[in-house]
Amino acid sequence: MSDTGRSSTPTVDAPDPLTGRRRPVTVSALVGARLPSWAPYAAGAAAVGVALILKAVFGWEGWGTSFWTAVLVFVIGFTVWSFAVEGRRRAKDRFASTLIYASFVAAVVPLVLILFYIGVKGFSVFSADFFTKSMNGITSRQEGGGLYHALIGTLELVAIASIIALPIGIFTAIYLVEYGRGKFARAVTFFVDVMIGVPSIVAGLFVYTFLLLGFGLRPFGFAGALALAILMIPVSVRASEEMLKLVPRELRESSYALGVPKWRTILKVVLPTAMSGLITSSLLAIARITGETAPLILLVGYTARVNYDPLQGDMATLPMMVWDQLGKRAGTTSSDLTEARAWGAALTLVLLVLILNVGARLLARLFQPKAR
Amino acid sequence: MAKRIDVDDLNVYYGNFLAVEGASINIAPLSVTAFIGPSGCGKSTVLRTLNRMHEVIPGGRVSGKVLLDGEDLYGPGVDPVNVRRTVGMVFQKANPFPTMSIYDNVIAGYKLAGARKHKNELDEIVERSLKGANLWEEVKHRLGRPGAGLSGGQQQRLCIARAIAVEPSVLLMDEPCSALDPISTLAIEDLISELKSSYTIVIVTHNMQQAARISDRTAFFNLPGVGQPGKLVEYDDTAKIFSNPSKKATEDYISGRFG
Ligand SMILES: Nc1ncnc2c1ncn2[C@@H]1O[C@H](COP(=O)(O)OP(=O)(O)OP(=O)(O)O)[C@@H](O)[C@H]1O
Ligand SMILES: [Mg+2]
Repeated sequence: MSDTGRSSTPTVDAPDPLTGRRRPVTVSALVGARLPSWAPYAAGAAAVGVALILKAVFGWEGWGTSFWTAVLVFVIGFTVWSFAVEGRRRAKDRFASTLIYASFVAAVVPLVLILFYIGVKGFSVFSADFFTKSMNGITSRQEGGGLYHALIGTLELVAIASIIALPIGIFTAIYLVEYGRGKFARAVTFFVDVMIGVPSIVAGLFVYTFLLLGFGLRPFGFAGALALAILMIPVSVRASEEMLKLVPRELRESSYALGVPKWRTILKVVLPTAMSGLITSSLLAIARITGETAPLILLVGYTARVNYDPLQGDMATLPMMVWDQLGKRAGTTSSDLTEARAWGAALTLVLLVLILNVGARLLARLFQPKAR
Repeated sequence: MAKRIDVDDLNVYYGNFLAVEGASINIAPLSVTAFIGPSGCGKSTVLRTLNRMHEVIPGGRVSGKVLLDGEDLYGPGVDPVNVRRTVGMVFQKANPFPTMSIYDNVIAGYKLAGARKHKNELDEIVERSLKGANLWEEVKHRLGRPGAGLSGGQQQRLCIARAIAVEPSVLLMDEPCSALDPISTLAIEDLISELKSSYTIVIVTHNMQQAARISDRTAFFNLPGVGQPGKLVEYDDTAKIFSNPSKKATEDYISGRFG
């Protein structure tokens, strides 16, 4: 064990039984030498330092090369340092931890940046009017207007799609978990898996061909809700299935052993036990479709006016409003006003999903079994 | 009303795997029968065929007869739900329903099955069953609390209360004490001796002293060899099995306790 380990490891000076020389000995065989707790930060700072020096020496342009150099120096340097002080097992642990933290950062940073950017850009247009007025009669160079019409449209479409898709999804999952055996169940699973991968525009085209072209109809809200439901069902089936599988078999068995029929066991034991999971799975499915745009272009269109009736006429939705406002910017009638409104609609969309999420989680907690 | 069970030449399968072959047992009403034998010999498997819980496992099937008071459990048109209402079961691992209170757990058999009963009647059932399971004093102040908040032994007694609340004729227990301390075990053994006056009881146990203490008759199952189906080797009065078994395998297994 090298001296570096002493700072964090409790050591005493004891004579070596073989050589008689005094040397640091760890107090317990269970406490190996450890790097000090500030070691990762020191290694990080050193890596950044090395990268900066190299940048200056070689005159690297931009920050890309320096960044990756710092990362590389950190991973290699820190692992080697740990290997020297703490030994092989800890070095592997440090290396793996570094990779895991790096993946976490790589996953979260873009997300946080997006949220932050949307927040900053979109919040400036938020006002009471923005949520209560439509874009009716508002030109691209005019102040004011709002997303009321689009909010109504999105809420209606998502509600209709959920009412159609969630029961189908959950019932299918119940079938697959509780009853499904053999070829038919395997076929259902296969098609659900395939449907998960169906691009949303294909679902849109499907409804477009059969409903709009087939019956010669103009775009209307319900057609869009139908396409959204098609997109929702497979997600809901898959997620609900996993949740139902988590219910231990013993619970079902103890219900059967009380002489409870299977359907009541499912209704009274399996579903309540899986309830919080089912809520989460439904939420996943809803989140999947709330921002969906492609099928709506074909099936629902867009209007600046408020349209409450999903059975007739174009309807506005939040993603379509973003598209509409930014589309105007791309054309000749661009203005900062349209862009601000687009960001505002985007932020509202994100917040909507967030509110749904939090709401459902609270709901799920209500259903969760309380230990005490 | 306690009922008698007659098992006649029973083969039990998991898919194509024959787990138990040619078991025949006659269990008298109001008696305690112990199943003993090495791990994997099919005790749980046979026990579960006695209330048609075996078929709950995918691929699970049986051939042969199981007669409950002369009526074949596997006869055409027999509803497994009715069978299980008559033949109750307590599992090795205590498994109160996590979403229910202690009170609701006891009446789960009624509640889940959708039976409509008056509150008074339910209160009575809860008290009688919990007293029957020796748990009443410990939980009477917190009937509204979740069943999962009890100790392991209390949970197991709650499961017994739940099983006897629906007043079955037969009670099956699969190693009900295997996870319990000696005191809880004694409590459950006492309970079994009391329950004997109203139920026919079949219990699987690895504890031979326990089998000797509580059972009237003992069935010894064994595995003749690896990959072969388990067999019922000997079935006789408990006193005879433990003092003077007629089969060599039984004696070897029993004496393992002393050796
Ligand atoms: N779900 C199952 N699927 C397939 N085979 C099973 C299943 N459960 C049990 N078996 C097999 O059936 C045989 C008997 O098992 P069983 O659970 O009845 O043994 P047991 O006598 O209760 O053992 P133990 O004392 O360990 O509980 C074993 O060979 C086992 O591997
Ligand atoms: Mg067993």
